[in-house]
Amino acid sequence: MQKHTFTITMFAGMAVLAVLAQLGVINQYLQSVIMLMGVNIILCSSLNLVNGYMGEFSCGHGGFMCVGAYASSLVTVLCFSKNHILGAPLLPDSLALLAFPLALAAGAAVAAVAGLVVAVPSFKTRGDYLAIITLAANYIVISAIDNLEIIGGPRGFMGMNATVNAMNDLVQIPWMLLWVLGGTLFSVWILRRFVSSTLGKGVPAIAQDEIAAEIMSVDTNRMKLIAFMLSSGLAGLAGGLFAHILGYVNPHSFDIMKSTEVMVMVYLGGMGSLSGATLSAVLFTVLLEVLRPLEIWKWVVIPLLLILLMQFRPEGIMGNKELSDLFPKLKKYYSFK
Amino acid sequence: MKNMTVKVLLAVLALALGAFALTGCGKDGDVIKIGFNLELTGDIPKVGEASKFAAEMLKEDINAKGGLEVGGKKYKLEFVYQDNEAKAESAVNAALKLITQDNVVAIIGPNSSKQAIPAGGACNDNQTPMVSPWSTNPDTTKDRPWVFRAAFLDPFQGPVAANFAAKQFGAKTSAVLFDIANDYSKGLAEIFKTEWEKKSGAGTVVAFESHGTKDQDFSAQLTKIVAAKPDFIFVPDNYNQVALIIKQARDLGYKGPFMGSDAWGSAELMTLCGKECIGQFFSTHYAAAGAQGATKEFIDRYNEKYKYVPDDVAALTWDATRLVLQAIQEAGKVEKDIKTERKIVRDALANIKEFAGITGTMKFHGTGDPDKCAVVVQISPEGKFEFKESVCP
Repeated sequence: MQKHTFTITMFAGMAVLAVLAQLGVINQYLQSVIMLMGVNIILCSSLNLVNGYMGEFSCGHGGFMCVGAYASSLVTVLCFSKNHILGAPLLPDSLALLAFPLALAAGAAVAAVAGLVVAVPSFKTRGDYLAIITLAANYIVISAIDNLEIIGGPRGFMGMNATVNAMNDLVQIPWMLLWVLGGTLFSVWILRRFVSSTLGKGVPAIAQDEIAAEIMSVDTNRMKLIAFMLSSGLAGLAGGLFAHILGYVNPHSFDIMKSTEVMVMVYLGGMGSLSGATLSAVLFTVLLEVLRPLEIWKWVVIPLLLILLMQFRPEGIMGNKELSDLFPKLKKYYSFK
Repeated sequence: MKNMTVKVLLAVLALALGAFALTGCGKDGDVIKIGFNLELTGDIPKVGEASKFAAEMLKEDINAKGGLEVGGKKYKLEFVYQDNEAKAESAVNAALKLITQDNVVAIIGPNSSKQAIPAGGACNDNQTPMVSPWSTNPDTTKDRPWVFRAAFLDPFQGPVAANFAAKQFGAKTSAVLFDIANDYSKGLAEIFKTEWEKKSGAGTVVAFESHGTKDQDFSAQLTKIVAAKPDFIFVPDNYNQVALIIKQARDLGYKGPFMGSDAWGSAELMTLCGKECIGQFFSTHYAAAGAQGATKEFIDRYNEKYKYVPDDVAALTWDATRLVLQAIQEAGKVEKDIKTERKIVRDALANIKEFAGITGTMKFHGTGDPDKCAVVVQISPEGKFEFKESVCP
């Protein structure tokens, strides 16, 4: 029974949230916060694969998110809105529901390819040097988009709302909320599947000792390639969702500040813990919202909390443990693989 | 012990979530609530601060008189400020929070287009009137009946600069240096180029150079520009870069004049630039030095209260807020139901054809974008921005 409780709870939770949103119990604002929470969970848990499980130091996650956001936005805008590139929409509105997940997948795929480009030089470097490479990749992505006039350049790109509206016209339910929750669940699930698989065990092996891992028959290059592509692909998925929540993207929303934010969430939650990543993404999003009235003091309080956390619990909230490791009794009720 | 820490942390998290769900419960008496979605932290905190200061001043004024009179009854004003951290997603959240939690009648801000475009979308979808004081990107109000602005658009400022420079400097050729990663700067540079070439013929923009946002050294671009011997250089850039650009151009031996845009108009410009900037011209929303009437009164009071001369954002926020207040008054009554109230305020806003602001008279034609005059100011030897000429559409 406990094999399925987790899945059932998650889907039931999704359904409950959707119903509450539909009935107006949770208003637009709370929905928007929940959606950004989902996006942050995807970002945080996917970066956790590289920075946590693999022990590398990648700090260009915003760049991959940007690639995914633009790629999926381009697909939906070309297909469903009147645009300056092709003019009339390519597909009828009724197909929006089918095409939207495909657009998200396209965004993720393009971001994964971008991840591949970064993964190749990472074969030879790690630590600080990899940090520089990923940082540079982030800058390259943003400058490239700044200079691409056809997708708006620094003015940003919009028109994604048409797709969301088309879905709402079809069936009036909070579609974006459902997509974000679905995407979040999918990301956490696939990451969990990956790191607990035989193949995925190679990832923490690289973190421990790359040479030893190599000797123990782990194909480190291949492992890095997979981990990087998965991580950046999921960041791309988060980007696609983010773009469609806002209905507008601007390259400077994904700059080094965004990457830093995601890194903070990873280290807050604990490296190498999926439940930690999820918890910290939720906590971080909520903190940012709750402390909004403090204005400038928010940026004193939040860093102070981080310093205190690092002082008294340097391994992050969860360390490298999962929720069920800390509360063994929970294992009776659920298992999540 | 270890488990303890985690449990405590989890408890904190649960509490935070609980507190979060409870925030934003309030009641309405005889007050009118207006929301402000401002850049109080992040990249451009001065912009948000100026907006907030101007709004506070206006609120004190009106509340001191017993409130805003609507349909023969006085209502106290309550301004709710939300910080959008100068981030797009945060601006949307702030807007939605103002709409759904704080139940405001209308929203002023965000100022910068990067935040105003997505926030405008959220306001339009949720049928809440929004006025952006400062955003110049056409997309902010495009196809959005609920979104308005108080500033003129970039396509207007380009020709103003071109015409003025041609007349003032007797210039035949020009050069442009702009920030490629800044939509405002880039847009303006391109409009200026088109406009200038239409005026003086193809190829008269002898150098069209760009730089990145955080660049400090412009010698490569300036060497090219100086070598092309333009009659003047158009620099539609933020004030901090303007200071560096002008100094470096002078070091490279350029003697001619510069022409700038409204992003020059910060109180900080003269601190950074010093005597090199004296005598240069730029187009902007209003001129602080030599202002008269209501504008002068606003500047003097602001200066007295906050100890610096207000820049254009402060003045535009003042106008934007007064625009909304006028619409509330013209609606003639305050509806109990917030949705109906927003609707009548929006209709009243859309009905305003002409509005006398301290940044000049605005004329609306149903698009949410005002037609208004730009002023060209010259930087005086005392570092003041002195009125030179007013250019109307």
